[in-house]
Amino acid sequence: MSHDHSPSGPHDHDHEHPTLPDRAEEIGYHQRLGEAVRALLIEKGVLTADEVRRQIEKMDSRSPAIGARVVARAWSDPAFKARLLADGTAACRELGIEMGATNLVVVENEPAAHNLIVCTLCSCYPRALLGLPPDWYKSRDYRARAVREPRAVLAEFGTVLPAGTAVRVHDSTADMRYLVLPLRPAGTEALDEAALAALVTRDSMIGVAPARAP
Amino acid sequence: MSAARFRPGDPVRVRRSDPPGHIRTPSYIRGKPGVIERLCGRFGNPEELAYNRTGSVLPLYRVRFAQRTVWPDYRGGDGDSIDVEIFEHWLEPA
Repeated sequence: MSHDHSPSGPHDHDHEHPTLPDRAEEIGYHQRLGEAVRALLIEKGVLTADEVRRQIEKMDSRSPAIGARVVARAWSDPAFKARLLADGTAACRELGIEMGATNLVVVENEPAAHNLIVCTLCSCYPRALLGLPPDWYKSRDYRARAVREPRAVLAEFGTVLPAGTAVRVHDSTADMRYLVLPLRPAGTEALDEAALAALVTRDSMIGVAPARAP
Repeated sequence: MSAARFRPGDPVRVRRSDPPGHIRTPSYIRGKPGVIERLCGRFGNPEELAYNRTGSVLPLYRVRFAQRTVWPDYRGGDGDSIDVEIFEHWLEPA
């Protein structure tokens, strides 16, 4: 009998099927290396494929909603905000958020000072609070220009600061991770924490934009 | 464990050096003067960790630099700053 692999039913092989490559793009050196190391670790019993999958699932499950919850708490509770600015890692632990191997430094925007986060060496990012970084954060353009011409970069994101506002750039070069505490928008006095958190965007916690207006 | 060499407010200068290997002191900040913002704690030296060697745990600082001293052609206010994390062996008193 002829084998059945077409939705239209059995057919004989009197024609050629076009073949599509399984991988549309050449894989690069580092991807190849990463896959080889993973295969070796699994083969040698150091890790299981399920452990790798679970870790990826855990990384993918984090989102800026976690950071937004921290910011909304800081806006609502001055004592928590003071603890967050003094020791970001410990204050996040109060909310059940673990930073892992890195320590958190929270930098507060003020009317006279705006903070911006970058990692010029690679793509260090507060993943425990924001999930995976956006592609632009990892781009060479952003990494080079955020330190050298932060005001021009901010303007491209639509954030034009008055000349009198200081710009404080933070380059995550080692074991600290940074989160911007944006200014609380005007007209939000009556909002509860959940409503406040909805105004806190990923970009506002990296520092390229203000928090959303209500 | 030795005491941290610098305290917040101390003026420092980043060593001007270009050794081979895995270095986490960005090139743009080498040779520049700044001020210790805080001691972050003690962390494994990435220059050794990158090669699977452990041993030295070094004081790590956040150092604040005035943007105008980092980039001669900087366009922005005098108050603009950049903070960089730098391990102690890359810093000297200024």
